[in-house]
Amino acid sequence: MTRPRSYQTEAIIIRKTKLREADHILTLYTPHLGKIQGVARGVRRPKSKLAGHLEMLTHSQVSLARGRNLDTITGSQTINGFLPLKTDLWLISYGLYLIELVNQFTPEHVENPALFQLLLDTMHNLCQDVDREVTLRYFELKLFHEVGYRPQLQQCVTCHQPLEPVTNYFSPTAGGVLCPDCRQTQPFAYPISVNALKVLRLLQSSDYDTANRLKLNAQLSRELETIMRSYIKHLLERDLKSAGWLDALREQKAQFAPRNH
Amino acid sequence: MNQGPIPAADAINRLVQELSRLPGIGPKSAQRITYYLLRAPSEQSGLLADTIREVKQKITLCSTCYNVTDIDPCPLCRSEQRDRNTVCVVEQPQDILAIEHTGVYHGLYHVLHGAISPTEGVGSGDVRIRELTDRLQDGTIQEVILATNTNLEGEQTALYLNHVISPIGVRVTRLAHGLPFGTELEYADDTTLTRAIEGRQKL
Ligand SMILES: [Zn+2]
Ligand SMILES: [Zn+2]
Repeated sequence: MTRPRSYQTEAIIIRKTKLREADHILTLYTPHLGKIQGVARGVRRPKSKLAGHLEMLTHSQVSLARGRNLDTITGSQTINGFLPLKTDLWLISYGLYLIELVNQFTPEHVENPALFQLLLDTMHNLCQDVDREVTLRYFELKLFHEVGYRPQLQQCVTCHQPLEPVTNYFSPTAGGVLCPDCRQTQPFAYPISVNALKVLRLLQSSDYDTANRLKLNAQLSRELETIMRSYIKHLLERDLKSAGWLDALREQKAQFAPRNH
Repeated sequence: MNQGPIPAADAINRLVQELSRLPGIGPKSAQRITYYLLRAPSEQSGLLADTIREVKQKITLCSTCYNVTDIDPCPLCRSEQRDRNTVCVVEQPQDILAIEHTGVYHGLYHVLHGAISPTEGVGSGDVRIRELTDRLQDGTIQEVILATNTNLEGEQTALYLNHVISPIGVRVTRLAHGLPFGTELEYADDTTLTRAIEGRQKL
């Protein structure tokens, strides 16, 4: 039996790189084919019928034709353009952070419908009036679970005793939290406050309805971000590029609008 | 058909290879150009080679607007005819050609040489944004027209520029988004259509 020459899939566009003059290679995240790549020809020309349907952070129905090396995108229709995500400096940046995470944590051609749904739900959630930093942390924790790196937050990873309501330690290498007694068993461990651990546990076990009720103060936000980034850096062996951009934006904000939250 | 490397053909192969790295030129066209040059009088290929070398040696960037030029400041920045109160910000020097071709814009330009692309590691310091905000300090420029591309990178660059320029007190405008001329409505994507509806004009 031969595979059909062309096929269709729902997809979220998670990366776009230039190929030759008018073409792009697109990375698509799909519910049943996992991460795939396709060439979109002529999309950099103004009259391209495909271009707007294939912009990053777009949810589209895409048709592809199998090729010798790369498949070619032959058609595309927007399901949701996520316009609010594309018209706000911060929301674009948060959105790009999500898709860079998905791209970095997924191999090609590995089906993960739950992760696809998580990404889609999170893009919708970013469009709501919620604490977006909570949304990012929620997304990270659920993504870790989906790709097999769910951190242990309930008990000490070394001695398996329940964690006391004191400052404990998050160890990226151990993939979870250490009690003060076991702290020395790992080379690097970040202090994690009682509140930070509470928030992470809540996010790990809740849905967006619950998560969206949370609002974090700046200090707790930074603490959680530091912890999650340390874990991401350990797993990927590098920092996310879009994380550096979020830092730069935050610095800019402090510089230009000190009174604005 | 199996042939080993022939010294004479090696140079030809190299030229084909070099040419096919150029934008818009595939291996077939590269081969056609190579054999055309082989047949053409040697003055012609000599002139081509010299012109390429000259362009690379003489062309620099204008120290004001960062357009490509062989004199600094560039003719557009020197011109008495141009409106000095307006600057149009573009991603690439080629974009200036496109806008100049319309003949409807008479202000100055600023070339960013790229667009912000966080996931590819291109931040605000990797395009010429600082140079633009420096130009705005003396108060001559009253309007900045953002003419970056309408893709995600261009949009993000425009939003970022608005974010850093607005506090300086200069008016910031963005080229209107709409349907490209000659397109059929049914093929338009949601983003383009939404903006075209929002930006509709009285006839
Ligand atoms: Zn322990
Ligand atoms: Zn100039």
